[in-house]
Amino acid sequence: MQHIIIGAGPAGVVAAETIRKYDSEASITIIGDEPEPPYSRMAIPYYLIKNIDESGSYLRDPVNHYRNLNIELVQMRVDQVDATNKQVKLADGRVRSYDKLLVATGSRPVNPPILGLDLPQVHSCWTLKDARGIAELAQPGANVVLIGAGFIGCIILEALVKRGINLSVIETGNRMVPRMLNEKAGGLLKQWCLDKGIDVHTSCSVQSVISAEKGVKVSLSDGDELTAALVITATGVKSNLEMLEGSGIEVDQGIVVNNQMQTSHSDIYAAGDVAQGMDFSTGKYEVQAIQPTATDHGRIAGMNMAGKATEHHGTVNMNVLDTVGLISCSFGLWMGIEGGEQAELYSPDQYQYVNLQFDDHCLIGASCVGKTQHIGVLRGLIESKITLGVWRKRLLGNPNLIMEAYMACTQELGYNQKL
Amino acid sequence: MQKSLNIDPAKCTGCLQCEMACSYEHTGVFNPSKSFIKVFTFHDEGRFAPYTCTQCEEAWCQRACPVDAISIDLTTGAKVISDDKCVGCKVCTIACPFGTVNYSQDTGKVVKCDLCGGDPKCATACPTDAITYVDADWTGYSRMQASAAKSLHSIEVTT
Repeated sequence: MQHIIIGAGPAGVVAAETIRKYDSEASITIIGDEPEPPYSRMAIPYYLIKNIDESGSYLRDPVNHYRNLNIELVQMRVDQVDATNKQVKLADGRVRSYDKLLVATGSRPVNPPILGLDLPQVHSCWTLKDARGIAELAQPGANVVLIGAGFIGCIILEALVKRGINLSVIETGNRMVPRMLNEKAGGLLKQWCLDKGIDVHTSCSVQSVISAEKGVKVSLSDGDELTAALVITATGVKSNLEMLEGSGIEVDQGIVVNNQMQTSHSDIYAAGDVAQGMDFSTGKYEVQAIQPTATDHGRIAGMNMAGKATEHHGTVNMNVLDTVGLISCSFGLWMGIEGGEQAELYSPDQYQYVNLQFDDHCLIGASCVGKTQHIGVLRGLIESKITLGVWRKRLLGNPNLIMEAYMACTQELGYNQKL
Repeated sequence: MQKSLNIDPAKCTGCLQCEMACSYEHTGVFNPSKSFIKVFTFHDEGRFAPYTCTQCEEAWCQRACPVDAISIDLTTGAKVISDDKCVGCKVCTIACPFGTVNYSQDTGKVVKCDLCGGDPKCATACPTDAITYVDADWTGYSRMQASAAKSLHSIEVTT
């Protein structure tokens, strides 16, 4: 059995490991188009701060791990998937045949249609190569403009500030991370950044980027003009689907898969940022493009490819973010549903925020700012669909009691089993 | 046979010796807020319940880690964080559905129970045997682990 995996990110690597776990004989090949060993984009901010060197971003030991598991690594772009003949065509002309194929090609940044984003001072922050370019230009004292205060923008923000640059952040939404936090929580993040001396413009867009004497001039919709040595764009990503053109595989925003991560071709699977997998909260199939989902997809695709039929019941969309030391997180339907109830704790002076969203007696979403302890249990409460009973009311009174609620609802606490 | 922590909340008096011992073992100071085991108080019921990582089979934290910083100690079965490898991205803290991996602002890394390498200090410190370290098979802890895992059956089924 020949398994080919296109893409050397977390989804691809976890899939390869999973296949090996269930099939010691199969031939497994990962084909990735970046020149480094498989690495994690999550680690790039820490590389920019110089907390780690490049090897600190590697997903696994690059020398021994793949050799020990007998997983072949090929560094080459895949130009085309030929589903009829069960082959992939590589950019150097080679052709590889497969019995089962996994497409885990991830996503890439997309820029909005703004004049001047093709200038050499404009970088996205997605790959190790991008990070090297940014590290070169983001020297102490340099003016840097970051376009987009979404998850990626915010996660590299701290790295940029720690490099001693003067940072301006431009976000079209009315708050920071608008797709992860509501106005109160996103507003807290903005206030926090302003307090740290970061120039944050919300409800503002970039009109143009033009070459200037020292770098570029960035014109904003609020009338401001900024000069910068470096402009970083972090305005969203889209799935890498090009190699599927002409393959007949059904695609939408990402690759359409069923609950076994199988595409419209029964021998071809998809996982990670490129796959339109099931969202736990909505039951809808959509691209989540987050790390935990990529590894979940990879594992489930790997099991099914190895012949161990496994169903995916959806992943909870979740994020955790460190914005210059202020930690925020969100889970599931953090924005709530119509007719639902919410518990909220808002202490702007302490930069604390907790918001829980309920559908009847179940927790369906949550978001927090300034909370780092036991936040994973929010996932547990959502994903287990625990009926909260008396604890719903208690959480409405004090949303910090999440651990107590979880423990009381899942365990026998000694004599008090009737909690 | 591998051992595991057995927690019997009915015996817990809320004295927090376990938190003190854990904090001292891992950080060198007696500070319950730095403990990896946490005693939760149930005011209305007048009960206490210590809680920490169950070293679950699924190892959600390990699976979510993007840089391979969490490994299994083969002698104890504990899921252990490597401070050298952890970059502090916190993905494991949202991936663990039991809320037992936490971020430490002191170190910029995540922390969790490592069973003290096979000699858990919380169990030694507990004066009422609410926390014991016993053969894994029959512990209430494994039942707790099972019930926790069962509560998450929604994640996948094998057909």
